[in-house]
Amino acid sequence: MDLSEASLRELRDALRSRRVSAQELTRFYLDRVAAHNPALNAFITVTEAAALAAAAAADGRLAAGEEGALLGIPMAHKDIFCTAGVRTTCASRMLERFTAPYNATVVECLQAAGMVMLGKLNMDEFAMGSSNETSHFGAVHNPWDLQRVPGGSSGGSAAAVAARLVPAATGTDTGGSIRQPAALCGVTGIKPTYGRVSRYGMIAFASSLDQGGPLAKTAEDCALLLEAMVGHDPRDATSHPEAAGVFAATLDAPLQGLRVGVPEEFFGAGLDPEVAAAVEAGIRVLAAQGAVIKSIHLPNNAHAVSTYYVLAPAEASSNLARFDGVRYTYRAAGVEDLTDLYQRSRYEGFGAEVRRRILIGTYVLSAGYYDAYYLKAQQVRSLIREDFRQAFADVDVIVGPTTPTAAFALGDKAQDPVAMYLADIYTIAVNLAGIPAMSIPCGFTAGGLPIGMQLMGNYFTDGLLLNVAHRFQQETDWHRQRPALASAKE
Amino acid sequence: MEWEVVIGLEVHAQLNTATKIFCACPTVFGAAPNTQTCPVCLALPGALPVLNAAAVDKAIALGLAVNARINRRSVFARKNYFYPDLPKGYQISQYELPIVGQGQLTIALADGREKVVGITRAHLEEDAGKSLHEAFPGQTGIDLNRAGTPLLEIVSEPDMRSPAEAVAYLKKLHALVRYLDICDGNMQEGSFRCDANVSLRRPGAPFGTRAEVKNLNSFRFLEKAIEYEMERQRDILESGGKIIQETRLFDANKGETRSMRSKEEANDYRYFPDPDLLPLVFDEARIASVRASLPELPDAKRDRFMQQYGLPAYDAGVLTASRAVADYYETVAMGVDAKMAANWVMGDLLGALNKAGLEMESCPVAAEKLRTLLQRIGDQTISGKIAKDLFEMIFAEGGEVDAIIASRGLRQITDSGAIAGLIDEIIGANPQQVADYRGGRDKLLAFFVGQVMKASKGKANPDQVNALLREKLKA
Repeated sequence: MDLSEASLRELRDALRSRRVSAQELTRFYLDRVAAHNPALNAFITVTEAAALAAAAAADGRLAAGEEGALLGIPMAHKDIFCTAGVRTTCASRMLERFTAPYNATVVECLQAAGMVMLGKLNMDEFAMGSSNETSHFGAVHNPWDLQRVPGGSSGGSAAAVAARLVPAATGTDTGGSIRQPAALCGVTGIKPTYGRVSRYGMIAFASSLDQGGPLAKTAEDCALLLEAMVGHDPRDATSHPEAAGVFAATLDAPLQGLRVGVPEEFFGAGLDPEVAAAVEAGIRVLAAQGAVIKSIHLPNNAHAVSTYYVLAPAEASSNLARFDGVRYTYRAAGVEDLTDLYQRSRYEGFGAEVRRRILIGTYVLSAGYYDAYYLKAQQVRSLIREDFRQAFADVDVIVGPTTPTAAFALGDKAQDPVAMYLADIYTIAVNLAGIPAMSIPCGFTAGGLPIGMQLMGNYFTDGLLLNVAHRFQQETDWHRQRPALASAKE
Repeated sequence: MEWEVVIGLEVHAQLNTATKIFCACPTVFGAAPNTQTCPVCLALPGALPVLNAAAVDKAIALGLAVNARINRRSVFARKNYFYPDLPKGYQISQYELPIVGQGQLTIALADGREKVVGITRAHLEEDAGKSLHEAFPGQTGIDLNRAGTPLLEIVSEPDMRSPAEAVAYLKKLHALVRYLDICDGNMQEGSFRCDANVSLRRPGAPFGTRAEVKNLNSFRFLEKAIEYEMERQRDILESGGKIIQETRLFDANKGETRSMRSKEEANDYRYFPDPDLLPLVFDEARIASVRASLPELPDAKRDRFMQQYGLPAYDAGVLTASRAVADYYETVAMGVDAKMAANWVMGDLLGALNKAGLEMESCPVAAEKLRTLLQRIGDQTISGKIAKDLFEMIFAEGGEVDAIIASRGLRQITDSGAIAGLIDEIIGANPQQVADYRGGRDKLLAFFVGQVMKASKGKANPDQVNALLREKLKA
């Protein structure tokens, strides 16, 4: 059995039948991390000792006859989730030395399920970026081409899964931060319906948009992970009372008669022809299984990026105010007075992209500009939500590309924020509406880079998306391709 | 020409919930710094606020008590500014849609008239922590125990026209929050404090430019601060100057206000709806349940006291000014003459408390004890005069009424034989006065009564002394 290719279900079976122990499995993946992370930079922190201890505990639970679907399976968290006793940096100098005294709810859930955390994954600083280049700890490299970006902000998560450094990882998605890197790294990832996964302990970027979710090799793996992550959390006031759900049981439901909407606006100028061709071929795979394909319109998607870049920075400018140099954050040395402490700690502690977004957010909320920017953007957000409401009156899922292009080269867009922002042109509207969406591998460019197809659903149809993705993956093997690096002999 | 002062108050009442408004930390005052904190009120990364339902009910109660509109949907907003004791870098408050809308409060003026003061709104918000400067030379300590304590900010219309009216309004509101049991009203600890907006104008003219005086934590400071502002603004206006819109701080030691910051220097708070909290929405049932649990309110209680106990409006007003006094009075009045009870509570008791600097809550004489004392007057066990001494004794040293009467021999002398004996002694000792009385100087009766009472050490029953004296002096 190739442990690096095994699905979560296969790993569970192997653990239950004692063909492998949790400690052996953990050792196996820790070795892969040691071998490949130097080239990828996917991990910020590796918690080897704690992982081996957790694996030993999982072996104890297995020996006692416990049968959790995830018990004893290694994973890693995006470094945006607070982990008790383990450094939580959000990839920022600001939190370089911050050790959380508590676990995020997502961390608690997966810990309770018996998963073994190997460490904390690299990301764009405070989840602000689409290339993972804004990390204080350096860019993550795409396992398919080390000169290219893995996407962001959950770039470490996607790269680690693609390179088989972990069987599964958590990520967060504020404007595409799970789906875009999943697409660029050739893995499967889902951003659940807003309110399904608790945000408690997940360091906030834009509270009304942030949502945690899993990244893994397959939709089936994501379904198992998501089942353990969802649920109502009384510590998060935006957590939905009926957040819980069962997803694995419905993965095989047939697609006969499924109404699939294809938004014309997602196939216009700016879309790479290779990406378009792969997604169109993917849509034909669904049609071949009996899905009914319909052309639809999402007219306000054109405003999604500009709307997002008013609202997300507005919330971020306030969410990041707690990082002020006073308590647990980076503090500039030799400050003269309070104002100096604030200004220098924040200037030195935050990177350029974070500072840019704080400035934008502060500006759009300022007296005299609030109505023109923040309020207007909220109105457009309602229109975008309405677009989806109308679309879902006619279709069950919406399918299109996840990104306009495959992975771009490191440094390509680093100096051009607007070009970078446009990398999320197809993913952002989903967050503004709060609906679930996922990205699944659907092909490769001639240059051998993965291409992602995006599935979007109505509120609380996370299970349907996973079902469609799973059926798609039964007919295709794009998700089974692995980068050469990952295949290399250790 | 006269100047008219225009005053509006913003009152911060700390709600007496057991836990903070957005986390489960206790709100008890005076704990060691930073011991009543958690990831939420420390604003650690990833921590999220969850609204305390008890704070909402208390806000609804206030709204109902001032006949205000209760907004079925209100929104929490972030007020953004940097300060070391504000750990999130923003305060969660309510801005455009507060929980309590327009209402009103009726105050009694010195001349007996009533005045209705408009209430603009009341909104829920969290308190900040405290900066401690004393203990750390050259540095500042931060205590976040208070961070996240629930506050209700009650904003009045600029309806008050004198310092006395402002004080009357603040006192009425203070009584109300304590009646409702939504705030402990402790002004020294800052549980109930106010900001005063003060401006001057010529009567009938539009409002003048106002100054806002911050953080007044006593009725006296409010009065002094307004008086100082009136004088300061009048001097400026009369010398042809202009009032600057600004925030001022009251210096209690000097009795004056000084500028904190002008309007130009004011923060742009960048309010926006807090995305961590859903809009606060509740139904009629929630309001009905709060309404059902409301206690009898001061005005209703005053009217009832007038009716039930036959008290004059003034007495009923004094006795219902605080819930504790009213409850005390009702316990005392159970089974004794209502007017006598009122006189004792208003006079002897409140006087003694005032002299000792005590609140009714820490009164050393339980209402039941005062009632027993009054019953002993009623059943002629002790005289009124002895009762006053006895009250002072118990107030100062404690003890049981009947036990002290017995141990100190305070029981009234009602044995007419004993009284007659005392009278005979006095008559025998004062032949000249007896002759004068019998010669027509009726007023000397008081002299004889006094002498007999003195001889009895105050214990002789005065009615009997009077009657027997008249009889014996007739001869």
